[in-house]
Amino acid sequence: MSKGLPETRTDAAMSELVPEPRPKPAVPMKPVSINSNLLGYIGIDTIIEQMRKKTMKTGFDFNIMVVGQSGLGKSTLVNTLFKSQVSRKAASWNREEKIPKTVEIKAIGHVIEEGGVKMKLTVIDTPGFGDQINNENCWEPIEKYINEQYEKFLKEEVNIARKKRIPDTRVHCCLYFISPTGHSLRPLDLEFMKHLSKVVNIIPVIAKADTMTLEEKSEFKQRVRKELEVNGIEFYPQKEFDEDLEDKTENDKIRQESMPFAVVGSDKEYQVNGKRVLGRKTPWGIIEVENLNHCEFALLRDFVIRTHLQDLKEVTHNIHYETYRAKRLNDNGGLPPGEGLLGTVLPPVPATPCPSAE
Amino acid sequence: MSKPVFLSSHSFGDLTNESTASCHNEELRNLSLSGHVGFDSLPDQLVNKSTSQGFCFNILCVGETGIGKSTLMDTLFNTKFESDPATHNEPGVRLKARSYELQESNVRLKLTIVDTVGFGDQINKDDSYKPIVEYIDAQFEAYLQEELKIKRSLFNYHDTRIHACLYFIAPTGHSLKSLDLVTMKKLDSKVNIIPIIAKADTIAKNELHKFKSKIMSELVSNGVQIYQFPTDEETVAEINATMSVHLPFAVVGSTEEVKIGNKMAKARQYPWGVVQVENESHCDFVKLREMLIRVNMEDLREQTHARHYELYRRCKLEEMGFKDTDPDSKPFSLQETYEAKRNEFLGELQKKEEEMRQMFVMRVKEKEAELKEAEKELHEKFDLLKRTHQEEKKKVEDKKKELEDEVNNFQKKKAATQLLQSQAQQSGAQQTKKDKDKKNASFT
Repeated sequence: MSKGLPETRTDAAMSELVPEPRPKPAVPMKPVSINSNLLGYIGIDTIIEQMRKKTMKTGFDFNIMVVGQSGLGKSTLVNTLFKSQVSRKAASWNREEKIPKTVEIKAIGHVIEEGGVKMKLTVIDTPGFGDQINNENCWEPIEKYINEQYEKFLKEEVNIARKKRIPDTRVHCCLYFISPTGHSLRPLDLEFMKHLSKVVNIIPVIAKADTMTLEEKSEFKQRVRKELEVNGIEFYPQKEFDEDLEDKTENDKIRQESMPFAVVGSDKEYQVNGKRVLGRKTPWGIIEVENLNHCEFALLRDFVIRTHLQDLKEVTHNIHYETYRAKRLNDNGGLPPGEGLLGTVLPPVPATPCPSAE
Repeated sequence: MSKPVFLSSHSFGDLTNESTASCHNEELRNLSLSGHVGFDSLPDQLVNKSTSQGFCFNILCVGETGIGKSTLMDTLFNTKFESDPATHNEPGVRLKARSYELQESNVRLKLTIVDTVGFGDQINKDDSYKPIVEYIDAQFEAYLQEELKIKRSLFNYHDTRIHACLYFIAPTGHSLKSLDLVTMKKLDSKVNIIPIIAKADTIAKNELHKFKSKIMSELVSNGVQIYQFPTDEETVAEINATMSVHLPFAVVGSTEEVKIGNKMAKARQYPWGVVQVENESHCDFVKLREMLIRVNMEDLREQTHARHYELYRRCKLEEMGFKDTDPDSKPFSLQETYEAKRNEFLGELQKKEEEMRQMFVMRVKEKEAELKEAEKELHEKFDLLKRTHQEEKKKVEDKKKELEDEVNNFQKKKAATQLLQSQAQQSGAQQTKKDKDKKNASFT
């Protein structure tokens, strides 16, 4: 990947900070390009190893949220993605177990390790979403939760004595489960994505894709893509954040052909052709989850975990979080958030239908 | 990598989720993976991103003029950074910064080398350290300003903070100069200091060892905190520990190549022999290069950001009057102090405005008074003139009257004289007639 170097910061800004009477401290000139390959090995490229070692030591945080009506297979999919019992499913559909009256937010943290890399994975479930008779504004608790995480981070960042590593609870990725009706998106889907695509990375997935044939699947996907475009919903990877041509072509391909991923989840293994594979057993055959001919689970997994995990975090930090911060500071007149003087309470965290407890 | 890995209970810091999230576990569950997930590529993803953005590394070289700073930089980075040697006539210390882009395989490095020009040349060196401290602080300040902005772009900010300070010690063979101690003491809380002995080929081996121990003990006894090579990570702990023993590194720099055996090597040629730069038994150049670039470059950057910058930021914000917790250790939000400050500031502004307004009013009054005075004067003058004019006019009229009177008198007199004349003539004539008559009479 060849990307342009960040622009040299305007030197004027630096020289302004220096008091005049003293001999003026220097200001870095525009960089001169020197190709040192000819003159001998210096060892600058070892910084990659150094950096890798450091990051492996500190570990990573990743927070993924799943949103969708109950019964769409959210928990199963998350378990399949991370190859472990990350979510405990509502095992049996038990009428005694009440459907939550409002959308609840359940965040459960896990620590997993692979290849020396430690990851603190937090799965945020949203039971009750879209399950009521009247689902108006059911995205509000979700939006509020997301903003609360930004708020927490901002508060930590604004402290004078800061922690070395601010715990990151911000939602990096939101998987939105679309019901495989085969027709088009529901109004609830559109409303949710419209509101939330501005604050979080949304990855729409078509759940239970084994109910559609290949033609139905591709038609449905096309229609969904069209509808998302018509409604101005920017799902991840957002067009405006493509950094260079290479990214753009890569992401364009994903955006226009693969997404939304039509997935099937399963945590049961079956024997197929002598191999043990994850799948769903039906009278008419075994649907292999990781078989690209059967469904696009593998694409989703590779996309989210193997290639774009870091990018998801970066877009969340550099763009969504910064947007939130800028808006928050602006609303406060340039002041960081908190409770006002003499007990006056500042405008609460956005998207709060009811007073928040901070 | 398809083996499932079991993780013994290991909690990552605190997971405190004070949100409206209900029933979430505070303890982290450890999970075992039943297959290859693939997030072990995460460090690679991270590294790829950083590589494409490029890295910044900023070195500050502090040392007397002519001690070999530029040559050492040239030697370290295998290139000739163009610069003219400085003279000894600088009136004060100033810092000269130059930026270069270096590339090795796919790594792009933006290297900035900051030089102290004129350090140690003045007769009075009391203030020599000040421009250096100011420069370092200015870079921190620039970063802080960017961080405090509302609309900021930290991820493509060109980091100019100094990551490493190479302090060049003159090879006297005795001990540190007092200027060195003072300067290093001022810098140790702001930057990672790596002390090196310059022009080490002027010291003999046995003297070198004594010199090094003297320097280190002086640093310790004066409480100078130099950069500690990190020993917490197993892979680098060993090499860092062994290298630390050789501090301060005695280096020799050279960009000239001399034929040694059948290879060309960087060296300095003397009549009595050749000092090879990259020969570890001749000098510690290789050690310095290992430590500075090949092992700890990332750690230097991290220390600068996590320790020195945070310290600067904390001090600066506290200076501005912010606190994190009040005496009762209740979290004091930045908001309150900001508000208080803002009110204070607004109050000051208002006061200033009042003062200015008052001054303005006063000035206006003064001016008015002046003008009134002037007006009065003018009036008086005018009156005076008027009176004078009137007087003159009267005088003239008086004179005129006088003149007229005179003329009248004259006329009268003239008339009178004429009358008299005519009378006289008449009487004369009569007289003469009388006389004549008399005469005539007498004749008869």
